Amino acid sequence: MTQIKLTVNGGARSDEVEPRLLLIHYLRETLGLRAANVGCDTTSCGACTVLLDGESVKSCTVLAVQANDRSVTTTEGLVAEDGTMSAVQEAFRENHGLQCGFCTPGMVMAATSLLAENPHPTEQEVREGLEGNFCRCTGYHNIVQSVLGAAEKLSGTGSSASTGSSTEVNA
Amino acid sequence: MIPASFDYEVAESAEHALSLLAEHGEDAKLLAGGHSLLPMMKVRLAQPAVLIDIARVAELSGIRIEGDEVVIGATTRHAELAGSDLLKAEAPVLAYAAAQVGDPQIRHRGTIGGSLAHADPSADLPMALLALGGSLEITGPSGVRVVGADDFFVGPFESVLGPDELLSAVRVPRGGPNSPGGTVPWGYQKFVRRANDWAIVGVAAYGGRVALASMGGTPLRATATEEALKSGASIEEAARLAAEGTSPGYDFHADVDYREHLARVLTKRALEGKTG
Repeated sequence: MTQIKLTVNGGARSDEVEPRLLLIHYLRETLGLRAANVGCDTTSCGACTVLLDGESVKSCTVLAVQANDRSVTTTEGLVAEDGTMSAVQEAFRENHGLQCGFCTPGMVMAATSLLAENPHPTEQEVREGLEGNFCRCTGYHNIVQSVLGAAEKLSGTGSSASTGSSTEVNA
Repeated sequence: MIPASFDYEVAESAEHALSLLAEHGEDAKLLAGGHSLLPMMKVRLAQPAVLIDIARVAELSGIRIEGDEVVIGATTRHAELAGSDLLKAEAPVLAYAAAQVGDPQIRHRGTIGGSLAHADPSADLPMALLALGGSLEITGPSGVRVVGADDFFVGPFESVLGPDELLSAVRVPRGGPNSPGGTVPWGYQKFVRRANDWAIVGVAAYGGRVALASMGGTPLRATATEEALKSGASIEEAARLAAEGTSPGYDFHADVDYREHLARVLTKRALEGKTG
């Protein structure tokens, strides 16, 4: 077993884990954070996307020990304590950016990372930026509209996209 | 899918990584981003007894100029290559190639050294390095040796890297507008059917060098095309020879004839300086 210390959604965590424990299983099983889903389990579908130090990663292909000393944000961590959703989450709701909802947490995290890197993406850049996330309902149109809507919201308020810097979103 | 059990060691320095490799021998594998190794471990294609994590070794990461070369630390991630203004100015074909790897999440984790050491004949960075005529700095128990990209790849997923060695850095020639020799023309073509897939055929052209992906067991030079260009053939004539001497496989994406055809078409486009 290996000791890891990390920040998850703004809170400090310390756990003994097997080195082979995948980050997705640490989040879902050890911490009970069930937003990120296991989809393909082969680094393809993006349903397990979370932020590692603010950047989107596929948590089925990251070991929990690799997140030692780092900060992890899941979709749960985007919601403020009073229940207010992040601009990206709100935009997905407004634009009906989901059908069955399975891919949605991964889409929201990938979009959050994308907008942190590129606050004013074109539609093409949004489509390319979501290349690592599959929607098997094929509801891409509204998902892309959601991300464009989120970009507008974020630039409208003059703030930059939250990178899931958890202390901020949970403050 | 969960990898088989292994012991986990964190290297504090390149030297520490080497001593851990010496201690654990062939049972150990180096872990950087883990985006080639972990998928293989999950399906038991790899079952190392020890993983040595080198991702936190600062001296193995970063991009800098050294004379007429750009030197890139082995654990520099694809996203850092793709977003580096220095690399875009000095070796744009490599920055472009890095931006074609996988998808954003994969580029946030995968590293140049990991991709090269994995030696996938259909991958972007091995092909780009071969086109550039770059070299690899390999650190071992007896010091550092430098191996040219032409000599590094020896078979599918096989390189000259020894079990007690560490790929520490990658060197590529400067070929941008501010480089000593000036701008070197380049082109890059990657033919895929699905998002975030490997190339069905890929072509990278840099100056007079042309490298192919998915046309054999290693990334390959299109030597007949290069010779023709040297003797003054037109791009169109030279590109027709792109599949000479290659040995592509077949799968449900493409048969051999189709891959050879793609190599010719994509080589023409790459030599014309096109990207896509």
